[in-house]
Amino acid sequence: MNRRDSLKAIGLTALSTTLLVGACKDSAEKEVVSTAESTAGREPWETERDQKLKNETFFNKHEMATITVLVDIIIPKDEISGSATDAKVPEFIEFIVKDMPDHQVPMRGGLKWLDIQCFNRFEKPFIEASAQERISIIDEIAYPNKAKPEMRAGVSFFNRMRSLTASGFYTSEIGVRDIGYVGNTPNQWAGVPDDILKHYGMQDIKV
Amino acid sequence: MSDFQIKKSSTVYDAIIVGSGAGGGMAAYVLANAGQKVLMLEAGQYFDPRIDSHQMKWPWESPRRGAGTTRPFGDFDASYGGWELEGEPYTKKDRTEFEWFRSRMLGGRTNHWGRISLRMGPDDFKPKDGLTDDWPITYADVKPFYDKVDRMIGIYGSVEGIENEPDGIFMKPPKPRLNELFIKKGAEKAGVKVITGRGAVMTESIKGNNDRAPCFYCGQCGRGCKVYGDFSASSCLVIPAVSTGNLTVITDAMVREVITNKDGTAKGISYVNRKDLQEYQVNGKLIILGASACESARILLNSKSSQHPNGLANNSGVVGKYLHDSTGAGVSGFLPQLMDRKRYNEDGLGSIHIYSPWWLDNKKLDFPRGYHIEYGGGMSMPSYGFGGGVPTMNGLVPDKNGKMKDAGGYGSALKDDYRRFYGTGVGMAGRGTAIAREDNYCEIDPDVVDKFGIPVLKFHYKWAKEEILQAKHMQETFLSIMKEMGGIVTSTIHGPETNYGLLAPGKIIHEVGTIRMGDDPSKSALNKYCQAHDCKNLFVVDAGPFVQQGDKNATWTILALSMRTAEYILAEKKKHNI
Repeated sequence: MNRRDSLKAIGLTALSTTLLVGACKDSAEKEVVSTAESTAGREPWETERDQKLKNETFFNKHEMATITVLVDIIIPKDEISGSATDAKVPEFIEFIVKDMPDHQVPMRGGLKWLDIQCFNRFEKPFIEASAQERISIIDEIAYPNKAKPEMRAGVSFFNRMRSLTASGFYTSEIGVRDIGYVGNTPNQWAGVPDDILKHYGMQDIKV
Repeated sequence: MSDFQIKKSSTVYDAIIVGSGAGGGMAAYVLANAGQKVLMLEAGQYFDPRIDSHQMKWPWESPRRGAGTTRPFGDFDASYGGWELEGEPYTKKDRTEFEWFRSRMLGGRTNHWGRISLRMGPDDFKPKDGLTDDWPITYADVKPFYDKVDRMIGIYGSVEGIENEPDGIFMKPPKPRLNELFIKKGAEKAGVKVITGRGAVMTESIKGNNDRAPCFYCGQCGRGCKVYGDFSASSCLVIPAVSTGNLTVITDAMVREVITNKDGTAKGISYVNRKDLQEYQVNGKLIILGASACESARILLNSKSSQHPNGLANNSGVVGKYLHDSTGAGVSGFLPQLMDRKRYNEDGLGSIHIYSPWWLDNKKLDFPRGYHIEYGGGMSMPSYGFGGGVPTMNGLVPDKNGKMKDAGGYGSALKDDYRRFYGTGVGMAGRGTAIAREDNYCEIDPDVVDKFGIPVLKFHYKWAKEEILQAKHMQETFLSIMKEMGGIVTSTIHGPETNYGLLAPGKIIHEVGTIRMGDDPSKSALNKYCQAHDCKNLFVVDAGPFVQQGDKNATWTILALSMRTAEYILAEKKKHNI
């Protein structure tokens, strides 16, 4: 196989998927594309399992609303990229807790813990609290080393929430662009660029 | 009349090969190309990297963003398998540990392996440690086959002239990444040699081979390569062997046992189809097992007859014994000097760019043999778990304004930290020689069968002081390299209570030794050509025949030995000896 043929062989999958999904505004058509894609390179039980999980719902409306507020506190929009909700992080979290059931109790319980904390202080659930009220609680659970002992359950919950948010955000198109990963494309690796070698004083290091 | 029946085929193949990985694939390739009519039975489903690889997919194309929920090495990894398979249990004895990784697919575990391709050296075949056993063959016996494998499959590397790390016939190697230059510098200060990696990735085209194209540096070998730029048994051996017209492959064929004739020779194979659960029997003049060290041992132990009451090829009683997996331990952390680094594509290739071959003299050490070090890190494609360490790391180093701050956080400051720490990661992992011991073994569990009714394996495996002291040395070495390169360690630093981070046996997926070869039929199952002492038309071509592994990953040696066995079979056939 020559280089052009080989690029064609890869392009068939990588390129056409992007083009098709990009071109299809209709979500039903998108579904068809992704189903056809998902059978190659999958065992039948994997495809069935994914489909089953997608048809289930774990979080209720209130929980999802709370998650939506939390993920944007963790990763807000800034001058470089959009927010966690722009990157559909809540939808990812809904899927991943079904995929990894170990997340379910700590997430459900943690959301409840947060609401109770909020209620005891402000007599309203977290999503109805003001931005300032919300942050006052977040500040007590976002820094593990200085959190008060009685807040440790909240710290555990926030650690998990923060990890899932980062996972969901940086694996989205928005997040990959933000972090600056520029690979996953056919190329020739010629080693570290000269200006970088110079910057780190590594010109003379040879393996 | 019941519906239960065994479908018997009247065809008698020249050879039946069980398993389509490195060993089975190579035997099939050599025999089919020599005109032999070969049948291959694979327990898993068909897999062609050209069609089935998840190469070039983006993380968002996986609902779990590449997480390892259903596949141990992530959602895009090529392997149909893992340490646990539904309906195919194994058991453990005396609360010992062994984790058994199985791939159920064409090409077996070669589809997802690290492509790290190291030759065993003269001292690995004839050890000088006074503890481990000799092989019945020398490096000189195997060298011609290593050479042929190099030329046929393609391997990159650098010629170094290290005696027990023999050079191969190398294609051009990849240049090091930035973090690898830091490793090189730090490791040398710590007294650890670092050389160019050696891997089964085509960095140049192979003359006359139009089915495969050279690497285009996506760094995703573990997903399988659509242009066949790396080695997997599916793309490089089995699929080409099928195209000779001499190889028939039956997938989803889960082997029960080898059927023998009244004179004790092998007659055929009985298997169950995984999909329709129908029973089949096929016949061949030769039976070649390449089902993996433990699965082949299981088949032999389950093949009991009046001629072979102890199981086939097991008059010596060694089948299942001397099981050993490489030792493994690692340390990871980050390089603060790489924070805020400039972005560029450093995917490189998907095997190792650099490594440290074993560099020390055992006379000055408290353990025998040694280990090599594999290194990782860099600006890789984000996947599930991305940035997990950032809320800890951001409390360990000063922020942009030079001030220390509390670990954790949220919002714009945290978002900026994810950017600052991206690509600073560095990791190192040792892979070392474990000692082949009679008391580390697998045997048939008399009480348990799998969903096909096949008796399962029961494992008994304990690490001893040799492996534990080696892991201690690994950890000390890694910490010293990290210190010399100015890295900050973030992984757990283990003590004696966790064997210094020594992973459970089976975790490195280099298990070998269960059907050992040897000159003495009372102490070995196979002769030096991997032919059963007790059954002349039975051969084993996976890692079962290994007497004693070195610290080298097993695949290149499996390929060389399988090729050697297949050529021996052809020569013996010519002489009408089999």
